Amino acid sequence: MSAILVVTELQNNEFKKSSFETVSQARRLADSLGQTVTALVIGSDVKAKAASLGEYGADQVLTAEDTKLENFNPDYYKTIVIEAVKKVSPEIVLFIATLQGRDLAPRVAAALETGLASDCTGLEVVDGSLEIEHPLYAGKVFAKLSLESPVKILSLRPGVFEAKMNGKQAVVNSLELPALESRIKIKEINKTGGDKLDVTEADIIVTGGRGVRSAENFKIIEELATVLNAAVGATRAVVDSEWRPHDEQVGQTGKVVSPSLYIMCGASGSIQHWAGMSGSKCIVAVNKDPEAPIIKRADYSIVGDLFEVVPALTQEIKKIKG
Amino acid sequence: MKIIVCLKQVPDTEANIKIDTNGKSISEAGIKFIINPYSEYAIEEAIRLKEAGKAESITAVSWGPERVSEALKTALAMGVDDVLLLKTDSYSVDSFATAGILAAKLKTMEYDLILMGKETIDDGSMQIGPMLSELLNIPCVTVVTKLDVDGEHVTVKREVEGGSEIIETSTPCIITCQKGLNEPRYPSIRGVMMAKKKQVTTEQVSFEGENLSINKLSYPAARSEGKVVGEGADAVAELVRLLREEAKVL
Repeated sequence: MSAILVVTELQNNEFKKSSFETVSQARRLADSLGQTVTALVIGSDVKAKAASLGEYGADQVLTAEDTKLENFNPDYYKTIVIEAVKKVSPEIVLFIATLQGRDLAPRVAAALETGLASDCTGLEVVDGSLEIEHPLYAGKVFAKLSLESPVKILSLRPGVFEAKMNGKQAVVNSLELPALESRIKIKEINKTGGDKLDVTEADIIVTGGRGVRSAENFKIIEELATVLNAAVGATRAVVDSEWRPHDEQVGQTGKVVSPSLYIMCGASGSIQHWAGMSGSKCIVAVNKDPEAPIIKRADYSIVGDLFEVVPALTQEIKKIKG
Repeated sequence: MKIIVCLKQVPDTEANIKIDTNGKSISEAGIKFIINPYSEYAIEEAIRLKEAGKAESITAVSWGPERVSEALKTALAMGVDDVLLLKTDSYSVDSFATAGILAAKLKTMEYDLILMGKETIDDGSMQIGPMLSELLNIPCVTVVTKLDVDGEHVTVKREVEGGSEIIETSTPCIITCQKGLNEPRYPSIRGVMMAKKKQVTTEQVSFEGENLSINKLSYPAARSEGKVVGEGADAVAELVRLLREEAKVL
């Protein structure tokens, strides 16, 4: 029986939610293709938590443990994934389309001389083959792709696919480690954001646009984000004005996001920004200009001064959250 | 030190993308093409290294149809020394096939440093840099916001989820460039005049071993018409009710 291999990811030594999403999708594909699911966990101390991937549908979990593997090193991680591929001979390998997964998957694909569909937002089995959805031009159009190589490698966008409890028991095995060599050296790791939620992985995003007017004024955006357990997003104008760091920029020259709730404060909704966030389930706009394009396109909008509306919204959310 | 910049020409971010009647590609009618914004950071960084006396030459390499010459002319006007177009008659969405034509050419060239954008804003695959790393067997660091080159020692700052890393490697290597690395210049009038005198070297190539292909393009599902909940802070309570009861996202 053929296998699907899932390359999972950890953050602060816990599984990212997208790891569960991707294992769940592997299960769904495996069930319709009659295959099994093997999840790969790479890190320095991962054995104890490995079995929890069974709950999301993994039949087997392979662990690769070494102090060298505590942090992402593309050379080491690539060697590990290729070793796992040799061991389970998968027909499909799923990565997560995070910065890490998008650095790693192409190396593995090139080493295996195979095709890679990255940042997939849809995945179906049609007549026994995969039909892959991938946004082009940051979501201005969507492509249905087919991948013909014997080993098919895909990376799935975080936050798009459902993480579904499945209640399976997984067998946990250790992967025998190959020799690990690297030509790069990690000198320093700066967690500037602490446990800051990345916009690509957040379920809710509160974005400020030019209408916020200054870096200091972003305090009210941050306060709303905090009560919602949301990530702060920014438009290009805001990042170019250096009010916010560029890792928060959403749009065609920033990040493409698809949270369940996207709240835009003081942003008009340019075509480039819209391309990056129009995949959000629900869009809310707060804008003082009733003619702003975003007022028509958002699911819900409030016409008004964001300096009054946003703090009021923060208070209201606090109230319901007790 | 010899630098190669790989760049791509893409539709302007302002462009309204229309699907062609074949349903599989976009219509190029009326579209303005630009240098991929992330490729511009790579060009700028190469020029700065040359200006700092750390690089002796910069060659920009691109691929695609004849119109890509325009992007290469712009790169010349910005300050690169030579340009090469790997001319293709077809479009490929398969980055491994694209990495293949680039690798085949790069293997015949001399380089110490290869700079390119961290991704292109058209297909957004983010694959070429790490794939070339494998095909050329040299290290690659992706999503770089700071680059220091000292002889063969290369130190970079790269963006990771929730922070950054400082990484050391050595030439030859590939660096993929992220916003924040620099502020790309506009070509000077003198640069534009100089570029006119230079040739775009063109070589015909074709994609081989494509595994990934487009079956169909479609527009994003239309969103249902939105609702103006009200004006000012008074509308907040109703908004929260709708988010909880109607949209069920809170």
